[in-house]
Amino acid sequence: MTNPGPQAELVRRSLKRRYRKERRFRCYGIAAISIALFSLVILFTDIVSKGYTGFIKTTVTLEVHLDGELMYLSDASDPDQIAMADFQAPIIKALQEYFPQATSRADKRELSRMTGSYASNQVRDLLTENPGWLGSTRIIEFPAHDTVSVYVKHAGDPGYSIRLTEQQQRWTDELLSKGVIDTGFNDVFFTSGDSREPSNAGILGALIGSLLTMGITLVIAFPVGVAAAVYLEEFAPSNSLTDFIEVNINNLAAVPSIIFGLLGLAVFIGVFGMPRSVPVVGGLVLALMTLPTIIISSRAAIKSVPPSIREAAEGIGASKMQVVLHHVLPLAMPGMLTGSIIGMAQALGETAPLLLIGMVAFIVEIPDGFFSSATVLPVQIFIWAGSAEQGFVELASAGIMVLLAFLITMNAFAIWLRKRLERRW
Amino acid sequence: MQTADLLPLILVLAAVAYGFAYMRSRSVAAPLGGIRNLKALPAYYAARAALWCAIPALVILGTWAAFEGKVIQDIVMASLPAELAPQSAGHASLTLSQISNLAAGKLDPAMVPDGISGAAALLQELREQSSRFKALLVILISVLGGAFAWTRVAPHINARKSVERTLQRLFFVCAAVAILTTIGIVFSVIFETVRFFGKVPMSEFLFGTSWSPQTALRADQIGSEGAFGIIPLFTGTLMISAIALLIAVPVGLLSAVYLSEYASRPVRAVVKPLLEMLAGVPTVVYGFFAALTVAPFIRDLALMLGLEASSQSALAAGLVMGIMIIPFVSSLSDDVINAVPRTLRDGSLALGATQSETMKNVIFPAALPGIMGGILLAASRAIGETMIVVMAAGLAANLTANPLDSVTTVTVQIVTLLTGDQEFDSAKTLAAFALGMMLFIVTLLLNVIALKVVRKYREQYD
Repeated sequence: MTNPGPQAELVRRSLKRRYRKERRFRCYGIAAISIALFSLVILFTDIVSKGYTGFIKTTVTLEVHLDGELMYLSDASDPDQIAMADFQAPIIKALQEYFPQATSRADKRELSRMTGSYASNQVRDLLTENPGWLGSTRIIEFPAHDTVSVYVKHAGDPGYSIRLTEQQQRWTDELLSKGVIDTGFNDVFFTSGDSREPSNAGILGALIGSLLTMGITLVIAFPVGVAAAVYLEEFAPSNSLTDFIEVNINNLAAVPSIIFGLLGLAVFIGVFGMPRSVPVVGGLVLALMTLPTIIISSRAAIKSVPPSIREAAEGIGASKMQVVLHHVLPLAMPGMLTGSIIGMAQALGETAPLLLIGMVAFIVEIPDGFFSSATVLPVQIFIWAGSAEQGFVELASAGIMVLLAFLITMNAFAIWLRKRLERRW
Repeated sequence: MQTADLLPLILVLAAVAYGFAYMRSRSVAAPLGGIRNLKALPAYYAARAALWCAIPALVILGTWAAFEGKVIQDIVMASLPAELAPQSAGHASLTLSQISNLAAGKLDPAMVPDGISGAAALLQELREQSSRFKALLVILISVLGGAFAWTRVAPHINARKSVERTLQRLFFVCAAVAILTTIGIVFSVIFETVRFFGKVPMSEFLFGTSWSPQTALRADQIGSEGAFGIIPLFTGTLMISAIALLIAVPVGLLSAVYLSEYASRPVRAVVKPLLEMLAGVPTVVYGFFAALTVAPFIRDLALMLGLEASSQSALAAGLVMGIMIIPFVSSLSDDVINAVPRTLRDGSLALGATQSETMKNVIFPAALPGIMGGILLAASRAIGETMIVVMAAGLAANLTANPLDSVTTVTVQIVTLLTGDQEFDSAKTLAAFALGMMLFIVTLLLNVIALKVVRKYREQYD
């Protein structure tokens, strides 16, 4: 026997170095995870810090004397006069109550830029609805102009530039202290469609558009996906056609989403002549896109049903179809639902294919059907993120928070469903 | 009647057929001594009647609705008098929208030539006729189908078998949708691509080094042809994807290793779902983050270091894309590492190797093919990613190797060319489909190779 001494000594001496290496390797792992989690935290903090102001609106509440002479309006029920009248004048007049010295043309122009660009339309609509109000004095709440709103919410924030003149800033401060300009919960954001003016823009249109689109996607993708999974797991003979179907499903799962947009543009709009920007086409495209996800997860759910169930059913004389419909499908349903909800969550956040089929148009009206022009949540966020006015950035972040809230709810529901219903065999 | 109204009607008819067939099967069975003497349960006779009622009607409705618009359009266009007949595709689409706006009452008839208003009237009439015939035909077929199945409720006929056969065929059709989708994708890009190569030679497309797809308004304008060289787009795509992979591969791989080898159970239970949250964030959110937070940050940082950086740098888009695919890499690596047999690991540890030595010298080499497959899949994901680059990378097709410069990618150009005003048949619009085809081919190849590698590797240890 040789003496193990020197070798053991060698190993012992190298141990320190090897343990150091071991510790270093472990640190690399911790660093990697920290980087990933840190990015997640930064992402969410950034969105929330940019977006929470989107849920706050700035309003200007004025006592407006609806003076017919000032507006060149003698009869508010006459559409011709309504079309010609000047509805900005009473608003400026009401503001001048606070600043009597602001009478020059330039001052008036600056005053008119304290309230939002649609303030005069608001007065017009009120008068068209209630022609009797002409000549009376009403308290009206106007959305503040975008620049005023930015000043009120973000003064001192280097990310925003204040575009008010010094005089306007003075006015704003004074009106703020008098309570004329005030901030409150942004209900407009949840009750209106898109607008050119950030203070009038809301997410409701996009939300309804998303719901309509997702409705179509669910109605198509879920039954077709489940049926396809049942066929492939239970009925498909092992031949080259089945192999081809499987290869196709696996590849479709990895095809970039934008390619599905090209498909929608060329086939649904080009060949079948369907209209652009409608939820039906969007829903169809997203259904084709989520189909592989649903098929793959449904197959996994079917596979997890133990063979003993099938054998027992067959043993008492059930046909193959009866085994599947009466026993396998009900037992696999929780897994299938979970997979489908996760697939739907993916579809809800998808943007690129919808850009190509024209759902990126500027749409003010809230969609009222599957064939009316619409946009969806992520596309609305995309539109706002690219808009020039500063006020849209916070709206985009607020929109992201709404979208993320939906996604988190859906995923949480999927997890709950799985925990609740899935049986362990 | 509209398609949307006919669908529920068909369902109602099917339900009625179900009810009638159910009652009939019971009344047929009663004199024989109960349903025991039927070949199938009453519900199967009823289901067969419902299927007969619904399926042929639905097929006809679907086909009609799919081609109705196109056929009517063609008839209307053919009816136009010779002097109004459109000369070009652009003119045709303009005329068509004029006609349909007129028919919808959005356009004043006084504003257009007589021929157009005649065509609009024809369009209106054809549409009404078509929807009337469609409704009649669909209802007729559905009632006839239901009635036929109703007459075939007889004790000696096994309705269960035919219902099951039909269902199985339906299931097959659903599975075949996957094939149809692939065929649809291939055909939708191939036709337009072939037409594109009719206008721009393939060699110029594949090897040209300049990309400026602006087609001029006037014929004599400078640069009116546009340039369609794909090389700058390729280099831009590659650069952004490479940056993304440089971030995602080490971070994803090392986190997977740590989670599967070192982390305690509670840590894993918290960290893993958090990592997966990164994968669940919609790409438009990453795009927003990249464009409004990361890109300005990088620009300021570069300025501080005395470097010139574009406000839409490739680095910003690549970094954020890297974050996006971290969970993708880590979950794939996790699978692969866990697939390495326990015996290899135990053998190495028993010989006295530390965990990191086991990892580096035993598990990694064994898992390498699988990890490579995962990286290829991640690369294909990065190449096809759209929203981050649309929002954070630029539009200018620079041929550059500087990550602080602005570059553009294939997906950005597809979106740019196909959103906004577009004319059919112009090289600009067709180019988007040619780019789509390149993207499809490249990602398909990457996926096929990756799946092959992963499968081969799995077989080794199964």
